[in-house]
Amino acid sequence: MDLRYTPDEIAFRDDLRKFFRSEIPLAIRRKVSEGRALARDDYVTSQRILHAKGLATPNWPVQWGGQDWSPVQRYIYVEELQSAAVPQPLGFNVNMVGPVIATFGSEAQKQRFLPSTANLDIWWAQGFSEPGAGSDLASLKTTARREGAEFVINGQKTWTTLGQYADWIFCLVRTDSTVKKQAGISFILVDMKTPGITLRPIITIDGGHEVNEVFFDEVRVPAENLVGELNKGWDYAKFLLSNERIGIARIGMTKERLARVKRLAQDTPAGEGMVWDDPDFRRRLAWSEIELKALEITQMRVVAAQRGKASDKPDPSSSILKIKGSEIQQQSTQLLVDVAGPYAMPRPDREEEGLNLPSVGPDWADAAAPLFFNYRKVSIYGGSNEIQRNIIAKAFLGL
Amino acid sequence: MDFDLTDEQRMLSDSIRRLVADAYDDFEKRKAYRAEPRGYADANWQKFAEMGLLGLPFSEEDGGFGGGPVETMLVCEQFGRGLVVEPYLATVVLGGGLLKRAGSDAQRAELIPAIAEGSLTLAFAHQERQARHDLHDVATTATRSADGWVLNGAKGVVMHGDSADRLIVSARTAGGRRDRDGISLFLLDPTAQGVTRRGYATQDGLRAAEVVLENVTVPASALLGPEGAALPLIEQVVDEANAAICAEALGAMEVLRDLTVDYLKQRTQFGQPIGNFQALQHRAADMLVATEQARSMAMYAAMMVQEADPAARRVALSAAKALVAKNADQLGKDAIQLHGGIAVTEEYKAGHYFKRLTMLAGLFGDVDHHLRVVVAAGGLPEAA
Repeated sequence: MDLRYTPDEIAFRDDLRKFFRSEIPLAIRRKVSEGRALARDDYVTSQRILHAKGLATPNWPVQWGGQDWSPVQRYIYVEELQSAAVPQPLGFNVNMVGPVIATFGSEAQKQRFLPSTANLDIWWAQGFSEPGAGSDLASLKTTARREGAEFVINGQKTWTTLGQYADWIFCLVRTDSTVKKQAGISFILVDMKTPGITLRPIITIDGGHEVNEVFFDEVRVPAENLVGELNKGWDYAKFLLSNERIGIARIGMTKERLARVKRLAQDTPAGEGMVWDDPDFRRRLAWSEIELKALEITQMRVVAAQRGKASDKPDPSSSILKIKGSEIQQQSTQLLVDVAGPYAMPRPDREEEGLNLPSVGPDWADAAAPLFFNYRKVSIYGGSNEIQRNIIAKAFLGL
Repeated sequence: MDFDLTDEQRMLSDSIRRLVADAYDDFEKRKAYRAEPRGYADANWQKFAEMGLLGLPFSEEDGGFGGGPVETMLVCEQFGRGLVVEPYLATVVLGGGLLKRAGSDAQRAELIPAIAEGSLTLAFAHQERQARHDLHDVATTATRSADGWVLNGAKGVVMHGDSADRLIVSARTAGGRRDRDGISLFLLDPTAQGVTRRGYATQDGLRAAEVVLENVTVPASALLGPEGAALPLIEQVVDEANAAICAEALGAMEVLRDLTVDYLKQRTQFGQPIGNFQALQHRAADMLVATEQARSMAMYAAMMVQEADPAARRVALSAAKALVAKNADQLGKDAIQLHGGIAVTEEYKAGHYFKRLTMLAGLFGDVDHHLRVVVAAGGLPEAA
């Protein structure tokens, strides 16, 4: 038993660390670090730099641009990426639809989509959730009916993250409503420019435009856009979600944020000293650090257990990573609000005032509260923490 | 990065598991062990010796088996599973940890083989009433006499101090009560003139003692380690004890969790197993999260206790202990609540696990104490 990396792993880590910090533009990394919204171009620029170096899609099959890395190397990659505040390569492309096409898609689909998906020439959105299908995703109602060489899609998707930038959307649609709900779902690829698609923004409590509703009204899609077999979409969706295992806890990112909280607390005056001098604040920060250290080792144990095993199976330990990871992420954003203190409050209307005015408080402080508000999402999405507890109770404890 | 056990370590863990499962299979047996004169079973102690557990952390030259913190973790985890009452922490981890590092050739040659064969036990008489968890707070004094030292003072809650064959006593040979310098260690025969021991049971079914020293004379050869400079060693060995405590708590937590989950499946109310109810399922799920996080920190403790930089080691061990103690406390209370009334009976096992976890959580520093250490250090050390 040994927590340390081997010399080879250290060299691997140092190479990545240097690359991420020297090649990805500082302005982009700064936005990530401060939790500000990225522009479409920021994602594209960053992912193309990574892709040119083979670092955008390491978990793909090698022939499609993946890396033949050990689980430890994959883990180091995610850690370093997050702690350097590099935007993660777009998850919908590299963790979701890419692996599904590479594993279940036709040769034509692979040729057509994989290179452009890796390079973010195509921006994908995820069409899973619906107004009536959240935690109970399999009850989705959007239908696709076959008409000749086409499927015709009707229905509504929601919580479509960054759908406003999307070129394509991969959807779960009901293709058989006479069978058990999981058995009548198919996985289909839809060009967002197809007539009949309407996208409507959902503004979240932080004031951001991150998610959308997507409406489908008699949307005609070529049958060749079906991935894999008809009515097997639920299996592909489960496969897709299991790819999120490493990185779901966002440990590298939270580490980076807690380090930042620490720096800002040391620089932010509070009465006779600094925020850092407040023992109550320090205790809460210490707890977050301790919980994060424990979770980091839990994650390493999951990674180590994957070594030499086929990693396609969903692992219930990802539920633990999800629950604790989201809790600590939320704590870290709360600590940031606490450091900002009164200057977490101002929300100037920059458009009305003009963008040239200096920020009201410290230049980082206005982003603190929106991030905290926004991060309520992390214990809800990807299977809410309550759903994760159901999974643990069922899969681990046999209840 | 590697979390695998070696074949030897796996065999060790399996054989201790079998031994503990056999010796502690029936809760009545534990009651009987506690009623023996020393408060534990001599026969178990002999079995530990035969298996090599009592010589585990000592070097092979000294008559031991050269085990490290991972081996200690494996032993203590299994002991936690069985709620073992024998004085392993006192004799092997604490006493042995001090002896193997500070002992002279003669002291090691005299005592280590006897410990390893199970014929000699130790206790570490360090804690004093006013000190609480501050390891440098020592009021007991040792003053030079013509041919040795004279000890005066009082030590409290000395684990297994009532039955130990030798005590290792900390005392001040220089400086004021709260100085870091000036603390020394002495080997003491507890039957010596001037030593009074009041032994008692602890809440979790083990034994401890109050030890009063009144003009106790010891020869110069009783000094263990360098005069006046014992604190760094005491801190190191207490860190090792906390790593062992984390492992022991982990073992107890896992058993208590499984016991609770089994009970949820068996107990029926409203015409169905109570484990069908989501309110209880979610709390059971949290018990699993708590044990997995505790397992990670027990491993972290076992690895970081070998850290060369004492400051980094100390913070890491405090972080581990704080988390394990917090989770042990929460899990223990949840286990009782999920069981319901049965768990507050003397007869049923769960309450005894709860009591042991509660005591382990406070032993050598409670959550608040260890959190203070982490806070004072400004956070956790970054791994290289």
